Amino acid sequence: MNPALWIAKSGLDAQQTRLNVVSNNLANVSTSGFKRARAVFEDLLYQNVRQVGAQTSQDTLLPSGLSLGTGVRTVATEKLHTQGNIVQTDNALDIAIQGRGFFQIQRPDGQIAYSRDGSFHLDAQGQLVTSNGYLLQPGIAIPENALSITIGVDGVVSVLVAGNAQPTQVGALQLADFVNPAGLEPVGENLFLETAASGAPQAGTPGQQGLGTVLQGSVESSNVNAVEELVNLIETQRAYEMNSKAISTTDQMLQYVTQNL
Amino acid sequence: MDKMLYVGMSGARQRMLALRSINNNLANATTTGFREDLNQFRSMPVYGPGYATRVYAMDERPGVSFAQGPLQHTGRELDLAIDGEGWFAVQAVDGSEAYTRNGNLNLGSGGLLMTGSGHLLMGDNGPIALPPAESISIGRDGTISIRPTGQTAQTLVEVGRIKLVNPPGEDLEKGDDGLMRTRNGADATMDINVRLHQGALEGSNVNAVQTMVEMINLQRQYEMQVKVMKTANDNAEAAESLLRIS
Repeated sequence: MNPALWIAKSGLDAQQTRLNVVSNNLANVSTSGFKRARAVFEDLLYQNVRQVGAQTSQDTLLPSGLSLGTGVRTVATEKLHTQGNIVQTDNALDIAIQGRGFFQIQRPDGQIAYSRDGSFHLDAQGQLVTSNGYLLQPGIAIPENALSITIGVDGVVSVLVAGNAQPTQVGALQLADFVNPAGLEPVGENLFLETAASGAPQAGTPGQQGLGTVLQGSVESSNVNAVEELVNLIETQRAYEMNSKAISTTDQMLQYVTQNL
Repeated sequence: MDKMLYVGMSGARQRMLALRSINNNLANATTTGFREDLNQFRSMPVYGPGYATRVYAMDERPGVSFAQGPLQHTGRELDLAIDGEGWFAVQAVDGSEAYTRNGNLNLGSGGLLMTGSGHLLMGDNGPIALPPAESISIGRDGTISIRPTGQTAQTLVEVGRIKLVNPPGEDLEKGDDGLMRTRNGADATMDINVRLHQGALEGSNVNAVQTMVEMINLQRQYEMQVKVMKTANDNAEAAESLLRIS
């Protein structure tokens, strides 16, 4: 069939993918620690129908050739790891990272995943876990009789135990950083996995070696800008309509031939 | 057979080729840094003994539009847009130097800077590798300075300069991979007057409304060519019916 139809179809595909990405961003506009994504497009290969500079006779050259594009494709959906807003919650176990770094979370299969979502809870053993019940690494256990929990900007967790005027240190949070956070693989549940593109994790104390500091009583909200996504949505819809118009035009032209010849 | 039929047929065929080019522009209406393909028809007279009896049309791509695309502010450190004329130099798959307006950069393995489509970005001394950095700032002229991780704000390190070129438009052509190359194959020299914006991306410079109008125009022209073919057929039928011995 006519390539013009397939070229326009690739445009529809691309806009559909973009719509998926935009919808997902909008759906996660209030997910803590969510990093927005963006679809990246590139033009497909060009078909060289007539080579520019080819000889049209012994002494003459073709001044401009004909090379036709074959459409567009989605190369990637990349995550944008910009800082989200810090929202104060005053919950002692809500921790926001200001700057670079990720919390290390142990998934049920033992693998370490990385997250910016700092709304932690306690499990039955008093250990810090994510909303899905996955353990924070290195593990921190809060004693049963703790009255209050304090987390310093450098991640030191101390508790005030009943009957003891001095706070006791029960552990320290560690953050992991990557050379290229955009190379991390998002796996859902606000978690990211290390890949070859992200580089190896470098764990360290918050506030040191370029890592961000931690802030107790706050969570990092999603970095989705709803207005920007709505503009993207409009652009996507119009581009989709135009490509569908291109398909119907090509179709009408072919129809005109079959009806009139 | 009447030559008129073939003139009409080639006219319709060339318009279908032009439509492919236009559909491709529309399909890339949201591709970062895409440059619109221009389209033109050229008359190709067929010379017989004495004078040209008929003129065929031939579709051509004389070049691409160098108009500036819209600047979209993204705020990401590694999103760059060129303000005005100029190109980023990248390494194509075959190792040669090519040029693009796509400034959506990523860090590859080993900290190498590459464009969103996976081509290595060229600096003044080949590909640029960034050490682990807390923040990256890229100056208006493409100079990259970073604050290495764990360092104070006073320690800024200059790690290289992006190769920005601005060869004359007539020396550039679009290759089969969508990247621009010089016509003579020589690498373009660095131009210090090209200006960059950090934190913005340049959209496609396809003018969607104009492209749609061109599409309608092509559709009608195509119908006219089909009409010519139909008329040729009608003429042949009329001649045949006159000559028919009934």
